Amino acid sequence: MPLIRKTGAVDDPWATLEDEAALPAGGAVVVSLARWQANRDALLARPGPLGIFLRSDQPPSLIAADLERFDLVALDFPKFTNGRAYSSARLLRERFGYRGEVRAVGNVLRDQLQLMLRCGFDSFEIPETADVATWLSAFRDFSLAYQPAADARTPVAALRHRPALARRVDHEEDDAAPARRSDDAAVEASVVCAGYWAY
Amino acid sequence: MALQVVTANRLRDGRVVFLADGEHWVEAIGRSQVAEGETAAAALNAIADRAVAARKVVGPYLIEVIRNGDRLTPKRYREVIRALGPSSHPELGRPETVTAAAQE
Amino acid sequence: MYRYDNYDQTLVDERVAQFRGQVARRIAGELTEDEFKPLRLMNGLYLQLHAYMLRVAIPYGTLSSQQLRKLAHIARRYDKGYGHFTTRQNIQFNWVSLEETPDILAELASVEMHAIQTSGNCIRNVTADHFAGVAGDEIEDPRIYCEIIRQWSTFHPEFSFLPRKFKIAVTGSPHDRAAVKVHDIGLRMHRNESGEAGFEVLVGGGQGRTPVIAKTIRPFLPKRHLLSYLEAILRIYNQLGRRDNLYKSRIKILVDSVGVDRFTQLVEEEWQQIRDGYLELPAAEIERIRGYFAPPAYRALDGKVPDHEAQLRRDFRFARWTRTNVTPHKRPGYSVVTLSLKPVGGVPGDATDAQMDAVADLADRYSFGEIRVTHEQNLVLADVETSALYALWQRLHELGLATPNVGLASDIIACPGLDYCALANARSIPVSQRISRQLGDLTRLLDIGELKIKISGCINACGHHHVGHIGILGVDKKGEEFYQVTLGGSADENASIGDIVGPAFSADAVVGAVETVIDTYLTVREDGERFLDTYRRVGLAPFKEKLYAAH
Repeated sequence: MPLIRKTGAVDDPWATLEDEAALPAGGAVVVSLARWQANRDALLARPGPLGIFLRSDQPPSLIAADLERFDLVALDFPKFTNGRAYSSARLLRERFGYRGEVRAVGNVLRDQLQLMLRCGFDSFEIPETADVATWLSAFRDFSLAYQPAADARTPVAALRHRPALARRVDHEEDDAAPARRSDDAAVEASVVCAGYWAY
Repeated sequence: MALQVVTANRLRDGRVVFLADGEHWVEAIGRSQVAEGETAAAALNAIADRAVAARKVVGPYLIEVIRNGDRLTPKRYREVIRALGPSSHPELGRPETVTAAAQE
Repeated sequence: MYRYDNYDQTLVDERVAQFRGQVARRIAGELTEDEFKPLRLMNGLYLQLHAYMLRVAIPYGTLSSQQLRKLAHIARRYDKGYGHFTTRQNIQFNWVSLEETPDILAELASVEMHAIQTSGNCIRNVTADHFAGVAGDEIEDPRIYCEIIRQWSTFHPEFSFLPRKFKIAVTGSPHDRAAVKVHDIGLRMHRNESGEAGFEVLVGGGQGRTPVIAKTIRPFLPKRHLLSYLEAILRIYNQLGRRDNLYKSRIKILVDSVGVDRFTQLVEEEWQQIRDGYLELPAAEIERIRGYFAPPAYRALDGKVPDHEAQLRRDFRFARWTRTNVTPHKRPGYSVVTLSLKPVGGVPGDATDAQMDAVADLADRYSFGEIRVTHEQNLVLADVETSALYALWQRLHELGLATPNVGLASDIIACPGLDYCALANARSIPVSQRISRQLGDLTRLLDIGELKIKISGCINACGHHHVGHIGILGVDKKGEEFYQVTLGGSADENASIGDIVGPAFSADAVVGAVETVIDTYLTVREDGERFLDTYRRVGLAPFKEKLYAAH
């Protein structure tokens, strides 16, 4: 399936490894949580990047201790109405400090892209029939955000109190904020703000 | 044998419409194409599906009607309200639309 | 009231542009109805029985006269000349077209209004007490916190695809006029032992298929923790709420299934991780928002208004109206006026475009240009000089907005029901109209006293029937409209869900059944008892007996 980032369509070096399939010698493979739990040693022993796929009912806390092992976490949207993965993505970024690729897979709609980006997703599997240009424009649907999320976007509340920040909004990247490891959280809280008004 | 017509809402303005002859959709139930029996009903459904794909209507379905001379009225009360208008605002009602001679 | 700055305006304008694009893609066939439906719902656009219905947000029920005029214009230009005020302080237009909705939203945006998140599985309009800012028993104006929550919840990227809709209500006074106990989250302001004002946090209330009174999960939450605590609750709900069964996906089901203690623990654990961080509300921000809700330029007036007293003596119809439709104001010389949208035999909660324009003018003239919408489907002019009441009443009387029945049995709350709503099983408006006519005699109404009758056309309970003193629920029995009666519900701080009296009544019999209930109450009541007091004293039995005596 086509893959996009905020910047455009990208190639996908990852291959999904079915639970019953044999481990390939190399290459980037994405495995299910069950496969990871069953074949952990073998998966770690092989060269090549490792990715993990979480269903919507599999919270990221299940892999929190092992996050350094994964270059990719794919979060599933079984139906576009199932919004669990928005929370999962934010927790990966903000609670567990994950810095790898967080990918949205499954039933992803164009009008959800900016929401997903704000929650910390950085790549998106889109339907074969999708017109890439139309989909990419979705990342620009809103130029402002009221509330803080996993991205680096300065929320409106902070802009109000620090008008100088407003000049940066146009040029601001919405790339995921530098991931915070949980032990840095206390430092982060005091440095980043006493509230999102001092972002 | 039960008499049925197809009803739906027009996509662009949401108004209640009925499938008339020639794949036209009209607001007057009296002008509906009536299907007697399963085969005829299925044929109407096929036309309705095409209309959905063509973005003319949304959510078509079959309803049972009662024929009284040249008048067609729905059997279910919910469909009477859809066809004729809200009972709470009789000034917005369209009782004249049950006849075959009704305007579109 | 709150005024948009450039940021608020930009977001609303961008939303209009986004929706315009979505409509264009739908009409061009790039979006199927299944894909488009959640998008249009998040802009409050339903497909109902007759046409599209647009639910416009009236944040915490507060409108400026300019906004009300715009609603009148929309009713005129895009609809059939009327609008319907709802039990969540919003307004609905029943006859809009999909094609014109982007234009309607653009017109709304020009007066700082929108239809954002008035439907869909997201956080909805945060409702408040319709006497906010003027009630004597208020600790703080709840609308300050409603506005803060509104901004935090608007386009919240994590909570836009919840298991189900999410409704929050805030009361700024110990006396709950916002029905917080039947909301997904209810916030009741009160003071702790040190005199600090904060919130009791209640979760998991709701009506619908499984009516539940909310449970307290935190007796006292300091104001600065408001948003972080809400974020914790929503995150737990987003992750754990059921997604497999539409009828089991509200937060009330989650609280019930894991138990309130475990649920509280989950929330508190999550909250410990995010409190004191970027969602902490600085006092300066609360004060900044409070500034928008500062009292208007009240005059220093005397509490005694001799002209008014004289007018009461001279005109008994005016006196009668003040008894029910006028409430004391915390400032001397001022009064709070409720405009009844429940004329005898009328459609509850409806207002014509002409009435809306006229009320806007009256608001400018008599009430600092502000109007409130109550969740009992009436309007309020909250800051009227008592000396002006007579002139105002005369004008309201001409407009048909002075029926002296606020809080009485003909002040009925009814959803649109099967006359309009695709979800309904039975009609509610005609039942309301017939009851209203039957009880038309005002002397009798006053004798009956406070009696809240609430009617819903289906189990979704938009008419709030579960918390009606008399509740009526329309059901479909073999293709016919039947009505189930409940008694003893209440939406205030002593909230209760009504008890079902017995088998449902036919459309013909239900009005008689309501009469029987009222007569029974009148027979057994003791001095000073309202209907609800009598019911709570004698229980269901006497009513059940009289209602089903013939069977």
